[in-house]
Amino acid sequence: MQHGATAPATPPATERKDNRALKFILSQEMILLVLSAIAIAVLSTQNERFLTMRNLSREIVLAFEVALIALPMTFIIITGGIDLSVGSIFGMTAIIMGFLWQDSGLPLELAMLLGLGVGFIAGMINAFFIVIIGVPPLITTLATLALYRGIALGISEARSARGFPEWFQDIGRGGIPVNLTIGDQTLAAIPWQLVIIVIAVVIFGVVLSRTTFGRSLYAIGNNEVAARFAGIRTGFAKFVIYTTSGVMASIAAIVFVSRVTTTRSDMGSGIELDAIAAVVLGGTSIFGGSGSILGTILGLILIQVLKNGLLLAGVRGDGTIIMIGVVLIIAVLVNNFIQSKLGSR
Amino acid sequence: MTATAKVSTPAAAPKRRFRITVSQELILVLAILVISLSVSVLQPRFLEQRNITDILNNSSYIAVAALGMALIIISGNIDISVGQQIAVLASLGGLLSIGGADNLLAAVGIAPGGPLTGLLTYTLPILAGVAIGLVNGFIVAYLRVPAIVVTLGMMSILKGGLIFITGGDVIYNMPNWFKFAQQRIEGVVPIPVLIMIVLTIVMALWMRYSAGGRAIYAVGGNKEAARLSGISERAVIMRVFVINGVLIGIASLMFATQYNSIQTTTLNGLELLIITSAVVGGVSILGGTGTVIGATLGAILVHVLPPAMVFANISAYWVQAVQGGLILLTVLADIVRRRRQSFAGRI
Repeated sequence: MQHGATAPATPPATERKDNRALKFILSQEMILLVLSAIAIAVLSTQNERFLTMRNLSREIVLAFEVALIALPMTFIIITGGIDLSVGSIFGMTAIIMGFLWQDSGLPLELAMLLGLGVGFIAGMINAFFIVIIGVPPLITTLATLALYRGIALGISEARSARGFPEWFQDIGRGGIPVNLTIGDQTLAAIPWQLVIIVIAVVIFGVVLSRTTFGRSLYAIGNNEVAARFAGIRTGFAKFVIYTTSGVMASIAAIVFVSRVTTTRSDMGSGIELDAIAAVVLGGTSIFGGSGSILGTILGLILIQVLKNGLLLAGVRGDGTIIMIGVVLIIAVLVNNFIQSKLGSR
Repeated sequence: MTATAKVSTPAAAPKRRFRITVSQELILVLAILVISLSVSVLQPRFLEQRNITDILNNSSYIAVAALGMALIIISGNIDISVGQQIAVLASLGGLLSIGGADNLLAAVGIAPGGPLTGLLTYTLPILAGVAIGLVNGFIVAYLRVPAIVVTLGMMSILKGGLIFITGGDVIYNMPNWFKFAQQRIEGVVPIPVLIMIVLTIVMALWMRYSAGGRAIYAVGGNKEAARLSGISERAVIMRVFVINGVLIGIASLMFATQYNSIQTTTLNGLELLIITSAVVGGVSILGGTGTVIGATLGAILVHVLPPAMVFANISAYWVQAVQGGLILLTVLADIVRRRRQSFAGRI
């Protein structure tokens, strides 16, 4: 410790601990939690319908598709990639499933299964170009965004499939009957969407934070070459996440079709941007290497709370869209600012 | 073999880049020619002057926007708010022409009508484009937020703002002097095509021969090297977003004046078409390479396809699928060519 008198090489232990505590308090997740809490508090005083179980369960149903797509998107963005084609896979799944059932006369169960197959193959095609050929993810999925949407358009020729049976509609519209009563509010059923999303969040969260595979995604995002030299099968990991992304988009599409009981070729367009906005808002760096499922979920909640709350408070839909754009930029700005201040300490 | 390749690499590097860019543009020209000629075998009317000017006319505003996109992508950034920018600026131009400009003039006490009305109508959308570019550029360059996030947010803000102002209504009843895009020189060459050609040449010369243009390649190719050679990355990023704002402003006016009405809501996916044009034109999404001539040719190629398919009796519903396949194909060709060329240098 020759230089210790003038400039300590390592900060004292207490200061380091403080720093870590500060880092936790000022993490993107905490910021989002506080922001969401403030938004909920303010909005619930504005409108008494906001904090009702009925309203909340409806909002979960509405946010479901974006949420399901945002989970694998978190994985992909953590590796430094992106998947712009999910909205098109969504539309293509809806169209192919609908027409396999309506025009080709397949049983709906089989059509649903083949719909999942569509997402699987579409995701594999993305993965093939990204991993095997080495085309940047942004370009690959930009091209397949046009390609898959084009296939949906070409097959449907602006026609739609409708008249789905009762049991199928129940997936998107029904739930587990509970007749839960708290105070003067009654909830007839827990929507299936909530069940699916809870299972999915747990799986994705555990895989990302508790498995070797999940941790390897961070390594890939930080330095792919180093990760490969460290023995991580980077190609395999990327193949898995892009394929998963396709399958999740298909699941979201099937549930969506059963809720709205029709199929259109433009379904899901722009949903990729909603998902990316939630992921980035949740603190996942667009350059890769950091992020969490918790952050993504909080990002989703904040966006949905804003959408719903502002609508109930009488703000028009366009005002809400502006708000989301502003919140997205500010949240990333604040996070950048805090990280750079902490980093320079 | 390997030894000679290694030794010759540094000297050959600039020449090689030149060859890559030239061949990408050559491929585009060939692709456009092959598609046009093979369709004209089926339908000779495809090569009629009217059809050709129509195709060029339709691609012109996308081409002008693609010039700006090329600059942004070459600098290593992206702007996905351009589609909404065009929607907003076109509506602004339309609203100014149907009385907005006169109201503004009246507000400052100048008699409405006269040359000032036209001047305001044409310059305000371009200035607004510059303002949007300044905001995007400032947040990217000085606040260090990635361009894709900034422009994603900007896209959302503009989208909401547009519905807020216009209520999603169609703007119509624009005066005749406003619709310059419908005029033709000598009754043949549409004004937008002329604008496209002139701007492409100007931008190509600027990118190739000016220090400002070369700096964009330097920053996109290797930030650290650019910094060490005294180039300010911030200045370059501000510059590309501002120039993009000017070009988007011009493209918006070309878009706003080509028909007799302006739809304020149906412009979804325009950014995709613009990015596609630049990428098909050989602008590498990784930054550092590509040319603006390629971007213009890319825009034309993208617009040759739909009429070609219609003439060849393929359902128009498949146009987008073919465009998507086209991007994959050009990117594949580009990667294969690069691998082959860098093979000797790398091993």
